[in-house]
Amino acid sequence: MPYLPHTREDMASMLKTVGVDNLDHLFSTIPEDCRFNGDLNLPEPLTEWELNDHMAALAHSVGVSPEYKVFMGAGSYEHFVPASISYLLSRSEFVTSYTPYQPEMSQGTLQAIYEYQTLAARLVGMEIATASHYDGATALAESLLMAVRVTKRRRVAISSLIHPLYRRVIQTYFEPTGCEVEELGYLENGVTDVAALDEMDDLAAVAVQSPNFFGCIENLQAIGKKVHEKEALFVVSFTEALAYGLLKNPGSQDADIVCGEGQSLGIPRSFGGPGLGILASHKKYMRSLPGRLVGQTTDLEGKRGFVLTLATREQHIRREKATSNICTNNSLCALAAAMYMASVGGSGIRELARLNYDRAEYLKHELEGAGCKVSFDSPTFNEFVVEFPTGFAATYERLLEKRIVAGLPLARYYPELANHCLLCVTETRSKDDMDALVREVAS
Amino acid sequence: MKEFLGTTGLILNEPLLWEKGKKGRCGFSLPRRDVESFPINDDILGEGPDFPDLSEMDVVRHYTRLSQWNFGVDTGMYPLGSCTMKYSPKTNERQAGLQGFTGAHPLLPASLSQGVLKMMFELEQYLSEISGMDATTLQPAAGAHGEFTGILLIYAFHKSKGVQRSKLIVPDTAHGTNPASIALCGYRPVPVTSNEQGILSVEAIAEVMDEDTAGIMVTNPNTLGLFEENGRKIAEIVHAKGGLVYCDGANMNAMMGVVKMGHIGVDIMHLNLHKTFSTPHGGGGPGSGPVCVKKPLEPFLPIPRVVEQKGRYVLAEHYPESIGKIAAFHGNVGVMIKAYSYIRSMGPKKLKKASQLAVLNANYIKEKLKGVLHLPYDRRCMHECVFSDEYQRAKKVTTLDMAKGLMDFGFHPPTVYFPLVVHGAIMIEPTETESKEDIDQFIEAFKAIVDEASTDPDVLHEAPKNCKVRRLDETTAARKPCLAG
Repeated sequence: MPYLPHTREDMASMLKTVGVDNLDHLFSTIPEDCRFNGDLNLPEPLTEWELNDHMAALAHSVGVSPEYKVFMGAGSYEHFVPASISYLLSRSEFVTSYTPYQPEMSQGTLQAIYEYQTLAARLVGMEIATASHYDGATALAESLLMAVRVTKRRRVAISSLIHPLYRRVIQTYFEPTGCEVEELGYLENGVTDVAALDEMDDLAAVAVQSPNFFGCIENLQAIGKKVHEKEALFVVSFTEALAYGLLKNPGSQDADIVCGEGQSLGIPRSFGGPGLGILASHKKYMRSLPGRLVGQTTDLEGKRGFVLTLATREQHIRREKATSNICTNNSLCALAAAMYMASVGGSGIRELARLNYDRAEYLKHELEGAGCKVSFDSPTFNEFVVEFPTGFAATYERLLEKRIVAGLPLARYYPELANHCLLCVTETRSKDDMDALVREVAS
Repeated sequence: MKEFLGTTGLILNEPLLWEKGKKGRCGFSLPRRDVESFPINDDILGEGPDFPDLSEMDVVRHYTRLSQWNFGVDTGMYPLGSCTMKYSPKTNERQAGLQGFTGAHPLLPASLSQGVLKMMFELEQYLSEISGMDATTLQPAAGAHGEFTGILLIYAFHKSKGVQRSKLIVPDTAHGTNPASIALCGYRPVPVTSNEQGILSVEAIAEVMDEDTAGIMVTNPNTLGLFEENGRKIAEIVHAKGGLVYCDGANMNAMMGVVKMGHIGVDIMHLNLHKTFSTPHGGGGPGSGPVCVKKPLEPFLPIPRVVEQKGRYVLAEHYPESIGKIAAFHGNVGVMIKAYSYIRSMGPKKLKKASQLAVLNANYIKEKLKGVLHLPYDRRCMHECVFSDEYQRAKKVTTLDMAKGLMDFGFHPPTVYFPLVVHGAIMIEPTETESKEDIDQFIEAFKAIVDEASTDPDVLHEAPKNCKVRRLDETTAARKPCLAG
């Protein structure tokens, strides 16, 4: 076994130092009736080469690019990741270190996370961002809990066009708090109906997603105005971070907390995780933020350096009074995102986002031409909802056999939308891929 | 003179990302444009983010230099207590990097995701077997997230009985995340102190356990590295009053194949795949914190559950009593694959051997250092041992000074000032993947530091000297925070 370095002689000499006869006796302080004396019922070990075959067989059965053309987004997006990022991200000084508790030995991670915080804040147009969270859904749930702490109110309203699975996570996080979670419906053009806010008082926060789950871009400024009239915090969530390469960022539209999923920024989909929870806000809420933060400082000699900071918010100091129970961030994913944002750059991200927009628009128009109905007429980014003719389920299955995944059927999440699919196009779906889909749908 | 690991080398300076680059550069091969440009409404069009423009080489040098200011398990011994910084096998990275896994969309139809579902199903079974529990969820993204999930399960369990309870017992040796997780679920933590032997006494628990107490959250082995010998009796007391026993399994690396927690009264426990099951810590995540439960808690587990139906695997949603979802999708699958590979590579006997050797290494260090460092609990330890700076205080040398001194010798310091029950704690967890020679070097280095503490304490007060930066001003960082450039 290559991971266990002890020779027989090593063990004998170490056991002698410890003063026991054999490895089992190391556990003699554990009462007999607590010990497990059998063998674990697990498969016998594989060699490295057998493991390669075993894992390859498992991986091979999964429907992925390039064999499959997947037109599905819904919170998990296929984007090109340059080889330079995968290569840099595999550097073991980053991979095999831990939370930078000892800053003098962790300046690499610390500067990289400080840079991530800066770029993430710039992307969404806010002053500061945390060192990252588990995923977009937990970042949103933590943002709403933060709003409850800041405003000391116990009611939040969330758009029904926030990702349905994110809403499930919010429900779970809020269940034991006793706080109320209200849902806002949606309008015919596929954006949130905020009229109901007029009847709601004592709101800690109102949360919308933009682009929303249907891909439609919300009128954030108008919603924000209404939210602020209610003296609630305006929380803007997102699942497709690349959108802000092209669209107005939420910070410029008066958001108080911006949170969402950064998987699009150089992180593989990996069946939904690990992802990257981005959470950004104004400086004035700094001490109410959940999770880790990296700050700039100087060393004894006045040189610039970075440390974990504002730890008095955190669980290891404040215990039950902490702003959150979070102990780690998703550091390596934040690092991937920083590398991605640095690689694409300010000029590149705009061009890339525009290409995403144009390709999605192309498919939208081609499908309309083939007789499908685009369900909502608001502008969209990357994703849009299409109503297929009745009986589309059979076509969907036929397309699967042709290795095309024609989006996400929506009836499961929105029962009123039978025969509707949420389609997604990014820069990874070529014109040829899209033409093939349209041909199949039309046939 | 003896040659130690630590030395000085050429360390390159590197500015912040936005202090480099030039407008118009790009480190990304932009995809070919094969469709025309469509109109876009000015109302929604933004200015685009203010990112620097860098070439690929600019980016590569930047991060290569940054990485060289970091220290990882691959660089050297990283004996951070309660963190289990064991070697992360490289084959696991390879497996998790297979396109069939990295490219998988989380909402693919079951027919297109059999391989990854099978992996998850089997991993759940392996973890249930190792912990001695009946069912497992892989959805929690980290240890603290697993704790939160576990407490939500306790909450849901009591709710289903019709009477919610208001308190939960947490010993003073608990991780800081424990009371914070409890507070998230609205329970009030009831602190209990450990006895003079460093473990919980049956009497202390009997005194506070009542019918308004939802249960107890224990770490076993505890944060002093000691096995909670009264665990079974404590569980009986808690169960007799209708409570549940939660075990923080952060320290499971001492226990594989040695103790099955499910057999000694534990109802719920979380495991840290990034500790016990070798997945890398990534500079602070992503981790994975699966939660294993006994049968009566199974209906409350997060959805979807991976189930087998006639040899096929599906994601099942219909569990009306479930606490719901705690992550957008299925948890950190990329991390699970590495833990799965690890378990398949090790097999049952080598997993047990790993725990045995982890305990051997910790006890060896304890024996070798107990003459020079104060050992508050001189008993057989499990995977880690806890010393203090009591012998060095006369020379005004603290735990922090010795920790910083270790850096100059080429070692990552142990966990310091934790657990709180030991004043000036130094918590050392070597893990099983360190060889005797490497441990001997660490011991020699620590002895040299202890010598310095008495002969030339200022060397330690000024340490480290060989790192990229000297000691950093953390007070100003917190008083005048600068969180973005």
